Amino acid sequence: MNWDVVLWGILPYVMVAILVGGLVWRYRYDQFGWTTRSSQLYESRLLRIGSPLFHFGILVVIVGHVIGLVIPKAWTEAVGVSEEMYHVVALGLGSVAGIATLVGVGILVYRRRTTGPVFAATTKNDKTMYVVLVAAILAGLSTTLISVFGPHEEVTYRDTVSPWFRSLFWFQPDIASMAEASFAFKLHTLIGMALFIIWPFTRLVHAFTAPVQYLFRPYIVYRSRDGRPVPTSSGRRGWAPIGTPDRERDRGRRRGRSDAGSTTRR
Amino acid sequence: MRVMAQMGMVMNLDKCIGCHTCSVTCKQAWTNRAGTEYVWFNNVETRPGQGYPRRYEDQEQWRGGWTLNKRGNLKLRTGSRLKRLLTIFSSPVQPKLADYYEPWTYDYRTLTDAPLGDDFPVARPKSLITGEDTKITWSANWDDDLGGVAELGHLDPVVEKVRRESEDKIKFQFEQTFMFYLPRICEHCLNPSCMASCPSGAIYKREEDGIVLVDQDRCRGWRQCITGCPYKKIYFNHRTGKAEKCTLCYPRLEVGLPTVCSETCVGRLRYLGLFLYDADKVTEAAATPDEQDLYEAQLELMLDPNDPEVIAAAREQGIEDEWMDAARRSPVYALAKTYRVALPLHPEYRTMPMVWYIPPLSPIVDLLSEQGHDAENAGTLFGAIEALRIPVEYLAELFTAGDADIVSTVLGKLAAMRAFMRDVALGNEPDESIAEHVGMTGAEIHEMYRLLAIAKYEERYVIPTAHYEQAHELEELGCSLDFDGGPYELDASGPFGEASGRPAPVAVETFHALRDRQTSDGAAAGDDLRGRVNLLNWDGNGAPRGLFPAKRPAEDDPEGGAGR
Repeated sequence: MNWDVVLWGILPYVMVAILVGGLVWRYRYDQFGWTTRSSQLYESRLLRIGSPLFHFGILVVIVGHVIGLVIPKAWTEAVGVSEEMYHVVALGLGSVAGIATLVGVGILVYRRRTTGPVFAATTKNDKTMYVVLVAAILAGLSTTLISVFGPHEEVTYRDTVSPWFRSLFWFQPDIASMAEASFAFKLHTLIGMALFIIWPFTRLVHAFTAPVQYLFRPYIVYRSRDGRPVPTSSGRRGWAPIGTPDRERDRGRRRGRSDAGSTTRR
Repeated sequence: MRVMAQMGMVMNLDKCIGCHTCSVTCKQAWTNRAGTEYVWFNNVETRPGQGYPRRYEDQEQWRGGWTLNKRGNLKLRTGSRLKRLLTIFSSPVQPKLADYYEPWTYDYRTLTDAPLGDDFPVARPKSLITGEDTKITWSANWDDDLGGVAELGHLDPVVEKVRRESEDKIKFQFEQTFMFYLPRICEHCLNPSCMASCPSGAIYKREEDGIVLVDQDRCRGWRQCITGCPYKKIYFNHRTGKAEKCTLCYPRLEVGLPTVCSETCVGRLRYLGLFLYDADKVTEAAATPDEQDLYEAQLELMLDPNDPEVIAAAREQGIEDEWMDAARRSPVYALAKTYRVALPLHPEYRTMPMVWYIPPLSPIVDLLSEQGHDAENAGTLFGAIEALRIPVEYLAELFTAGDADIVSTVLGKLAAMRAFMRDVALGNEPDESIAEHVGMTGAEIHEMYRLLAIAKYEERYVIPTAHYEQAHELEELGCSLDFDGGPYELDASGPFGEASGRPAPVAVETFHALRDRQTSDGAAAGDDLRGRVNLLNWDGNGAPRGLFPAKRPAEDDPEGGAGR
């Protein structure tokens, strides 16, 4: 029971604190690092298939999560959607989107591993992120598959995970409901929370600046000359000498190099 | 009328000798760092040739710039905003590194480190992207001086177009070949399509001088601008994941110095100065239905700085008198509008580019003199411009959307200047009829000659300085984030580091260095640089202090010399 309190009563709030705090911190202090870090320049044949597959897949998955978690069972039943109907649609759409996401991320990981320049540009941070991301997708997809092919459950996630999720917003976490959920759902939820915890510190942050405002802004942007001074030290990011591999960070590299002696061409 | 100032450039192509000094000095100043190995803010192309990146002018393929929709309104060639957002996950027509080239270095270390053996060690080419051995197959100027033109010449999109229109008249036979150089920087357009493509709104045009910049903090690496720019002058820094482009050396312009490419140009072919334009009319002008009218429409946007109405409107907009004065003395306005000899590059992209070119007369002069004609005789030259259609049509595809008459007129003026001034130089009676033939007077020709041929430094570059006195309070604030451990923490800065203390803001530093440079006979160094070297201010006058390590006394260190 203690563990249930920690995992389903405390961890979600810790996760939100880290997610929001991390995003605010990064937005304020690391605008320069806030980018998609696109590798399309290196390779675009596999990217062209993998990236849209993954991104569109995950967008549908997100919508599915919102619907499944936010809308109470009573509401859908009130408008005449039977349990059966709901599940056919949810699982159908969910598995298609989930498999598209998984195949997409699979292509992207394969591309990352096999294309020399892309692999060279992959940081440890990226690798960690990919592990958690793929684990979350796999766990999520397995919950879907278990509910299709596995033993029929009287109590579905709509009676366990969803009420708990909603209760979090009233600061009265319904720990008991979540404790009822099956292992697969618990695992998926935990990995999901892990993903949100690392989110602000990985390249995934680009999702939070999805350029929706582009649809509404004027084409031509005028801006007055900035009065703010810019430090002119050689320590500015993005100013590492030629020959610095992508995965090395500027600062670490500089220190390392000054120890090892100059190896770059002059 | 909304009067705005625009810093513009004119390049006199007749004077370009294709030495690439501008490219090299620009690269040394701005893109000599990781992630920008393949980036050339300034490059020099041999025309006919494919350009950089390869065939960038083929907008059927690359979809850069604007086009008109059915209702005659401007739209980006890549499609609607929604379409671009939907294809953002994998940009459909972004050039790959192979369309530029894979940058490389050589394994020089082997030359000294290789163990003793029977074979000479060689420095093998190594890719700067992967670090692995690489095979060099292309570069930023692989087809320099028509290299490989017999095999690859047909790949030039402009040649393709002219051929289509003139039924294979261009032949790359040696004796019929013409050639000229085209240096290219960012066009700092009035109607930039890169800016319109940017989903984050990170690309902006400065209100004061019209310089187009990428806000490095707001760029999120969606890379739509790379497709959007028809000149392919926005590059993706693959290390930082941000778009980068030519900045028109704004830190130099702000203190009255010309850009690095202009300053170092051996042929002195670049002119810098102000245009005044009516910002309210830009969209309308860019939507001119007939492509061949775009040049005229662009010229119409340029306002006369002597017009009292314009002066009044400019004052209302808060443009300083000093800037108005600079606009009146502007060499670029004179060449583009007064003499009408400078033309925009590819006006058909509808971006209203602000780097203008004086088309080269040299292909025609060269052909004439090779055939034994007098290439400075007015009659011969005028006749040749009419007769030698190929170079003229080629130039027209570059500068006037295919209108050969405009190019002929411009070349006629240059030819008239040549012929007229020969008489002056030889002490003959100048022939006013030559000037009249191109609709000018002898006095005008004289003035144009002074600007084009004498081209004094202060006449080529009329650069009003930025008015930083208003922003002065801000300057010494420094950045609140460069504390120890902060995100902008500066290496080795602090009471004991080599560059101890807070860094001077770039404008202040440049200003002091400029004053130092203007007042001293020796090398400009200045104590306020505090151990750092500001090459932006280096005029080649000696070696700035701190560029090379100090020689250790009483010890002749062979390694401490110029090589390090």
